[in-house]
Amino acid sequence: MSYLEVKDLKVHFPIKGGVFGRTVAHIKAVDGVNLSIEKGKTYGLVGESGSGKTTTGRAIIGLNNITAGQVIFDGEDITNIRRAKSDARKDVQMIFQDPYSSLNPKKRVMDIISEPLRNFENLSRKEERIRVQELLELVGLSPESILKYPHEFSGGQRQRIGIARAIALKPKLIIADEPVSALDVSVQAQVLNFMKEIQKELDLTYLFISHDLGVIKHMCDEIGIMYKGRYVEEGTAEDIFTNPQHIYTKRLVAAIPDIDPNKREEKRKFREEVKKEYDQSFNDYFDEEGLAYKLQPVSDTHQVALPERG
Amino acid sequence: MAEKLLELNNLKTSFRIKDDYYAAVDEVSLTVNKNEILAIVGESGCGKSALAFSIMGLHTRAKIEGDILFKGNNLAKMSPSEINKIRGKDIGFIFQDPLTSLNPLMEIKDQIGETLLLHNKNMSKTQRYERVLDLLNKVGIPRAEHVMNQFPHELSGGMRQRVVIAMAIANKPELLIADEPTTALDVTIQSQILELINKLKNEMDSGIILITHDLGVVAEMADRVAVMYAGQIVEIADVKTLFENPLHPYTKSLLNSVPNANEEQDKLHVIQGIVPSLQNLPREGCRFADRIPWVDESEHDKHPELNEIEPGHHVRCSCYKHFSFPDESKEGQHVLS
Repeated sequence: MSYLEVKDLKVHFPIKGGVFGRTVAHIKAVDGVNLSIEKGKTYGLVGESGSGKTTTGRAIIGLNNITAGQVIFDGEDITNIRRAKSDARKDVQMIFQDPYSSLNPKKRVMDIISEPLRNFENLSRKEERIRVQELLELVGLSPESILKYPHEFSGGQRQRIGIARAIALKPKLIIADEPVSALDVSVQAQVLNFMKEIQKELDLTYLFISHDLGVIKHMCDEIGIMYKGRYVEEGTAEDIFTNPQHIYTKRLVAAIPDIDPNKREEKRKFREEVKKEYDQSFNDYFDEEGLAYKLQPVSDTHQVALPERG
Repeated sequence: MAEKLLELNNLKTSFRIKDDYYAAVDEVSLTVNKNEILAIVGESGCGKSALAFSIMGLHTRAKIEGDILFKGNNLAKMSPSEINKIRGKDIGFIFQDPLTSLNPLMEIKDQIGETLLLHNKNMSKTQRYERVLDLLNKVGIPRAEHVMNQFPHELSGGMRQRVVIAMAIANKPELLIADEPTTALDVTIQSQILELINKLKNEMDSGIILITHDLGVVAEMADRVAVMYAGQIVEIADVKTLFENPLHPYTKSLLNSVPNANEEQDKLHVIQGIVPSLQNLPREGCRFADRIPWVDESEHDKHPELNEIEPGHHVRCSCYKHFSFPDESKEGQHVLS
């Protein structure tokens, strides 16, 4: 039994229309996603914007309503996490994408980080302050910064405040939604190193959502690739990067800019070939609506969305 | 010898904060040739965009010193009306954020048409729309006849960026300045947009300044690269030299901090500290010294200048000669400290 298991998750948003604002159709943002993460591992969810990766993360933590499916965390059904009796709401936390808009500009760092503590733990003012200072130290900020406001920090520091808030309740699973997309490379390196360190220290499990394949490869053990709300391929980092099977994955991997200027021509030719293959065989890999098929296993760890044969 | 298109001589752009002027762009000298992509890289806050805006004359309150020679004419000394004749015609600009750089109340055909109209007063409406359609096709927008009648909010991010590019190239500019053209986009769309910029370079023989912080993009696109730190160029070289033999500590640090899809690394290099704010910039000595504290002070120049090490390869300050990274496995915990 895996630590986190998501079974056939569906999140559909209604489209209202007509004079009476009735529901005329649904947008299938997430349409039948299965994933499982082992304890202490990092699972990467990749896809273009609009592929439903963020919605999947938000649905697991209860920020989007789940239309159908099941989320099982540590043996307990938390599909309806808002009503969950146990500590599931404490154990699952989220790091948000944009450190500039996910911190309330009117609150001091003290209040931002202690908010989850105030919700779940009955601490005196003094205890609270000590906890916040410990957390700040853990994320590498000076304990004096508790009285500062978010605008007094740089992007990387802000993202650390967001991380401090996420780990305040000693969670077990963290959903990190594009945690470094808004940051410069050097700051990005800081945050990634730091996330790896606290993962070891606190025995965390990550669901890491990103569109940056370089970052995903650096961080993740297993990877799922999404397209239009469905999975197109799932496997270990090695499966995905060295042996991509689905044409969509191939194209995605081919699109990563190479840091070696000598390979420029080679890469361009390769990309053209993949593009050609993509255009030619699009119908073989996607159904009439342009959606991915069901996943078929190709090896023990590797699954690809291919039409059923025969 | 390639034909010089743009030449900056000791460009200095200063902003007033309270009663003092602080230079955001300092002593920048560089050239851009025809049919060449010059990439400018650096962290945010190092003056890349300030430099681009200076060339375009888009800073309204800055003090600009030095020369900006575009085909021999000094843009820095021109009146706003004279610049208006060049801007959008001979120099095109692709802005960073396609979501905010389009007017939400204007149809695509009129947005692009406006640029055309301003520089070709006697173009008829039909001619203009024909040209718009032509441009939209050129930047690879599907169903262009339909899209030209739409509003920006109806288009996706990648499509909007294409519209911005279409606007920038509407008058066949000789110099194109692209400020982080793909930062807001997905990888697949990014590679399409970059491919498009490359095609335009070859078709129109233009010079392109590509501003980015993504070193992968630089490696794929650039002919030459200028690395900026704290308002100054710290290293400039052709792209192969820069990636194979980077000299300045800042360039090395940047290259080291990128997670590489081809190599396994357990830990990424972290540049200590942050880019200093404009008021706190060290104005004397090597500006990067604070972020490599293990290098002894005596290794830095008192007045670092951009020296030509090999033909075409310039490096500022002599600290690079003695620079090496500390052993990070031993030092280890500095992220937490």
